[in-house]
Amino acid sequence: MLKDHAKLMHAIAVSEEIVGRKKLQKMIYIAKNIAFPFQERFQFHFYGPYSEELTLRVEELCNMGFLNEVKEKKGGYYQYRYTLTETGKEFLGINEVEMPSLQDCLLDMNGQNARFLELVSTVLYFNDLPKEEVKEKVFTLKSKQRYTDEEVEQAYQYIESLREKAGLH
Amino acid sequence: MAYSAEKLNEEKVFKDPVHRYIHVRDRVIWDLIGTKEFQRLRRIKQLGTTYLTFHGAEHSRFNHSLGVYEIVRRISDDVFLGRPEWDEEDRILTLCAALLHDLGHGPFSHSFEKVFDLDHEHYTRAIILGDTEVHHVLTRVSADFPQKVADVIAKTSKNKLVVSLISSQIDADRMDYLQRDAYFTGVSYGHFDMERILRVMRPREDQVVIKQSGMHAVEDYIMSRYQMYWQVYFHPVTRSAEVILTKILHRAKDLHEQKYKFKYDPIHFYSLFNGEITLEDYIKLDEAIILYYFQMWQEEEDPILKDLCCRFMDRNLYKYVEFDPAKEYKKLAELSALFIKAGMDPEYYLVVDSSSDLPYDFYRPGEEEERLPIHLLLKNGDIRELSRESEIVDAISGKRRTDHKLYFPADFIADDSKKPNIKKQIKMLLEID
Repeated sequence: MLKDHAKLMHAIAVSEEIVGRKKLQKMIYIAKNIAFPFQERFQFHFYGPYSEELTLRVEELCNMGFLNEVKEKKGGYYQYRYTLTETGKEFLGINEVEMPSLQDCLLDMNGQNARFLELVSTVLYFNDLPKEEVKEKVFTLKSKQRYTDEEVEQAYQYIESLREKAGLH
Repeated sequence: MAYSAEKLNEEKVFKDPVHRYIHVRDRVIWDLIGTKEFQRLRRIKQLGTTYLTFHGAEHSRFNHSLGVYEIVRRISDDVFLGRPEWDEEDRILTLCAALLHDLGHGPFSHSFEKVFDLDHEHYTRAIILGDTEVHHVLTRVSADFPQKVADVIAKTSKNKLVVSLISSQIDADRMDYLQRDAYFTGVSYGHFDMERILRVMRPREDQVVIKQSGMHAVEDYIMSRYQMYWQVYFHPVTRSAEVILTKILHRAKDLHEQKYKFKYDPIHFYSLFNGEITLEDYIKLDEAIILYYFQMWQEEEDPILKDLCCRFMDRNLYKYVEFDPAKEYKKLAELSALFIKAGMDPEYYLVVDSSSDLPYDFYRPGEEEERLPIHLLLKNGDIRELSRESEIVDAISGKRRTDHKLYFPADFIADDSKKPNIKKQIKMLLEID
């Protein structure tokens, strides 16, 4: 009951704070794709895999008073910070979630920037294609981001390191 | 003559209650319709369990797929024809993507995908790219054509104009399903002036735009969509049926994991239970097969599976009360404990279900809400986002409506022959008689 809400709150709790909606989306997508049982479904959008269900759940959790959303102006746009409220912590205490090794993965991702996580999630989205085709997809669909060959390689390495953290190797 | 340009000797037509006729002249379209993977869509209802609320809603994904194809055909052959921004080379790609966009839907896909962690979009791609009749037809156009069609449907194609015709906030998919679902459910919502919208659509490099003179028709379309979501798609009785269906699948999966010996061997489910479903197995699934098992499982020894299947087949659905998760989550925990004491497993008999819809939204730079907005083409040639011109749309832009309900078997709770005191407490907490 409300398990999916609890999973998402657990993810934010173990990350301590997540800054940026894009970053939150990518972190959950990458975690889901690698090993962790998040239920939100993702489709490919402008910034790569995106889940409207996740957006909705975050909004719900804010409305419920379980998540704290701080909107702040950054340059020409707004950025959002997410943390758990005291009520949220209380709720999570009643609805415990067990996802061992999620914290290691999320803390690591939280230390990366949203642009890199966007690349990592896009590489994962096309993971069933050969590497050369993945690169072509990245360079075509994300031409504005001007990712380099080297960055794509870094994304592959990063995925491997996350898999190790998640205990998949 | 190239296969992609090949025409039938004479036009074929399908009589259709929404568009009057679906017209087919292209050989490739005719061949695709004849494939077994496309014919399978006849056996999958467009609206899943909605027929238990609106008895007319028995129409299939086959009907809808033909409808989306017909709308795109009209746009391509009538509205966009000869316009410099429209590349005729994209015509057959767009038609194929429109026809095949729902190809991977399984039976009762909403519940199925949730329980078995499946994704119909993955199967749409798999059918188009795998060793299937659809794939063989598409390959006759060119070796890379199946991939192009799959990319349009997955929205990973670089051709944004074609993608926007199939998938955007004003696309052929929505225009067909709103009208079709309204027709088959018999409701008076869902109708809008599609003829007008089609006449004012214009192609641009990366999306379809709407001439400003068509703004009111678009407002009507958005309001129709809003009404259909809350009056039909999120109807609480339909959701009750969906809850029970989901729980049946959960129970069957749990029993399999517990090595329960089914009276009727669920051979079609084994690969689903084990998470090893092949494309061949997936294509075999349809609603007739699922309902067969539900029918047979009414005779199972397991009381929960038996009860849930009887409820679904006999339409003895759960009742519901409004539920506010923020204020009532502690009450939910209390109820859960009482259900256990009363002998009802809350995992199956006490279910929170949520519905939510965002009628229209626009893209705000730097944010992640990534819905492609509807753009109006002004008289001076400028492009302007719809909510900046329309007060009605502005009023609902970005406004999400969410509804939570708590579902339970009222008949079990009303039965005072066992654990009357506990049931009395449950009734008090649920605030029911």
